[in-house]
Amino acid sequence: MTLDDAPKMRWWNRLAHPGQFVSWTTPLILPLTILTAALMALGLWFAFFNSPADYQMGDTVRIMYVHVPSAWLSQFVYGAMTVSALGTLVWRHPLADVAMKAAAPLGAVYTAMALFTGSMWGRPTWGTFWEWDGRMTSTLIMLFIYLGIIALWRAFDDQLRAARVVAIFTLVGAVNVPIIKFSVDWWSTLHQPASVFRADGPTMPGSILTPLFIMFFAFTFLSITLQLVAMHTEVRRRRVATLERKAVRGESA
Amino acid sequence: MIDLGEHAQFIAAAYIGVFLGMIALVGWVVVESRRTRKRLAELGDKRG
Repeated sequence: MTLDDAPKMRWWNRLAHPGQFVSWTTPLILPLTILTAALMALGLWFAFFNSPADYQMGDTVRIMYVHVPSAWLSQFVYGAMTVSALGTLVWRHPLADVAMKAAAPLGAVYTAMALFTGSMWGRPTWGTFWEWDGRMTSTLIMLFIYLGIIALWRAFDDQLRAARVVAIFTLVGAVNVPIIKFSVDWWSTLHQPASVFRADGPTMPGSILTPLFIMFFAFTFLSITLQLVAMHTEVRRRRVATLERKAVRGESA
Repeated sequence: MIDLGEHAQFIAAAYIGVFLGMIALVGWVVVESRRTRKRLAELGDKRG
């Protein structure tokens, strides 16, 4: 079979090749960084200079512009890790465990940020920094799950074996995501019910929704950028491990 | 800067906390990336 006769690789297979993935996605990093910075600057301008105080919560509503995107990313990253866990266990996609490993520290920081900003918002609004209610407790459990996943990755030298164990742990932990989402409907809680993503539309005015959505996209693009760079690093880290093993074999031969 | 009212310290603390978290995250991702690239170069890998 000559090179011309060889079957062409499908885009899915080409994407599955870690080296190809790094070369395809590297040109995206700079535009994504610029887009993130522009959206962040625009979002901050809206948040502090071009949005009104809430008629009930006053200026503390401005905390929402960083709290809601952090909380959204905390759950979205876990959702993406759950899909990657399936990719690892079911399809054995070579990039699935790379994506899963790169995402865990990001998700942990977003969850910590959601808890911190929620606490800063809770004190002036509810009179307390913390309450052991459904939403807050399930989000704290999410942080512990992320930290457990990071610890599991570090506990194994063999990263392929670690990937299978982490994937199972991630799938078990995924049960917490709907608990976080519906905790405000299932239990009596201080936390307000959903007010943006509702079947009957958002309950907020456009002047508050605009900065919220801009910050939402700024945080999301930041996360995509960091995820790509962290995945590139993980692919290179595995190449380092392979080269170091070869070097050791060469020395001992 | 606009007047953030009587709860300004909570609003400022929330934003400072988030941006410290973001700076830490970006810093960690960039430092890890550079360290890995440097190690690859030391091992003679030409793909970068």
